[in-house]
Amino acid sequence: MASKNDPFQFQEFEEAGNLLESNRDAVTISIEDEDLKSKRQRSAVGFAQDVGDEEPLINEDREELLSGQKKNAPFWTFEYYQKFFDIETHHVKERILGSLLPWPGKNFIQVHLRKNPDLYGPFWICTTLVFAIAISGNLSTFLRYFGNSNYKYTAEFGKVSIASTAIFSYAWLVPLGLWGLLLWRSNKILNLVSYSFMEIVCVYGYSLAVYIPAVVLWIPHVEWLRWLSIVVALCLSSSVLVMTFWPALRDDHPKVIIATVVGIVLLNGLLAVGCKVIILAFDLITLF
Amino acid sequence: MASAEEASRPFAGLSDVSISEEIPVEGDIAVPVGPSTRDDEFSTLDEPVKETIVRDLRAVGNKFIHVLYPKRSSALLRDWDLWGPLLLCVTLALLLQGGAADSDDQGGPQFAEVFVIIWFGSIVITLNSKLLGGTISFFQSLCVLGYCIMPLTVALIVCRIVLLSVSGKVSFAVRLGVVIASFGWSTFASTAFLADSHLTNRKALVVYPVFLFYFVIGWMILTFSPGN
Repeated sequence: MASKNDPFQFQEFEEAGNLLESNRDAVTISIEDEDLKSKRQRSAVGFAQDVGDEEPLINEDREELLSGQKKNAPFWTFEYYQKFFDIETHHVKERILGSLLPWPGKNFIQVHLRKNPDLYGPFWICTTLVFAIAISGNLSTFLRYFGNSNYKYTAEFGKVSIASTAIFSYAWLVPLGLWGLLLWRSNKILNLVSYSFMEIVCVYGYSLAVYIPAVVLWIPHVEWLRWLSIVVALCLSSSVLVMTFWPALRDDHPKVIIATVVGIVLLNGLLAVGCKVIILAFDLITLF
Repeated sequence: MASAEEASRPFAGLSDVSISEEIPVEGDIAVPVGPSTRDDEFSTLDEPVKETIVRDLRAVGNKFIHVLYPKRSSALLRDWDLWGPLLLCVTLALLLQGGAADSDDQGGPQFAEVFVIIWFGSIVITLNSKLLGGTISFFQSLCVLGYCIMPLTVALIVCRIVLLSVSGKVSFAVRLGVVIASFGWSTFASTAFLADSHLTNRKALVVYPVFLFYFVIGWMILTFSPGN
């Protein structure tokens, strides 16, 4: 247990640094997990001698209250989706940074999501990426033919719908497939790590964030910069995804592990190539 | 002074304070008192049509002025209407026509595309705002977003005029400046209304989609080039 105080006294679990100041031997975890907090309080109370029969029930109520508003609303109501928007600005910033700079050993789902997957990030990152592709494609053709009097600038709006279909289907169908795969494998092998569908969607959504600067770097017609940006984006997002799903696949048959990892990377690569193709298609159309 | 005859009255037991009969008590207990601006709407069926239309036009014009000078007033929110957004959307879509066509449908945005982008974008932003726990209602938010397109519409009119007279790099620079200024104005005006309804630590999450929305509309305006 983290502290040796009277277990009945209400304890405020502050930052790990503050806790360590008072109690050097304490084991502190700096994750502010509501479940963890309530569990600690529950086991602290459990140490006391005169624990009545009603304590577990009260603790369960307290845990229900402490664990937040994760009520099970049916999926056709508004409240069901509201719990996926229960985040704040700094959470979104942390998650985006976590996807841009993957750290080996830091699993995105466990470190950043912490049982609170959100739909805000994936949706708006996908939308931004769609418009970034459209705008940077337009800009790159515009810059190429700048000053050329034969060139008539047009805004290609058909490309926006193609790009949005491609990106949104990647962000939703691939997580669906992966979730199904993990579900199927978890029936065969005992797996301690399991991810819900929304968490997988969340990881995939945030992993697309690295493509936005890559697509913006496509505007100037510098070949090596284009290749570099797309390769770096591919590596970063694939590493985020692989590191996230590694704990779930680790105990599995080696062939399945390799197949899944290769599949993740391949689909990611397909998306990168797709972005490149869409942007290049802007160039080709205006030649006519 | 308390007297025996007060006990026989129906509400006597509810208060210890005695109300003398000489002092008239105002107000209506049964019906909640509405805002005083609704006083003149109890019989709009008998008034001449011109008066009805002029009243609505005046309301729309009033909101346009509120967008021009965005300060924190609740008039835009309280009396929402969608006439202004519809007018602005149709104007924007019509003015964006006739661009670089060569009878090629891959050219500028079609009327329906502009319409869909504006209305679908507004609905998505409103849903986002409500999901993040905003206190503003659905139609109020649509109203605010629609009215704040006005600076961009003005920018489009200015751009078309500029394109008619000047050409080349000067015209591009002027158009760029005008569009950037109006985009900033639109975003500032709409966040002045929308951001208040949210917690401080979620304001940026609500403002970013609005920024993206007006950025895309500004982009459509900037890249508009008329066919010859």
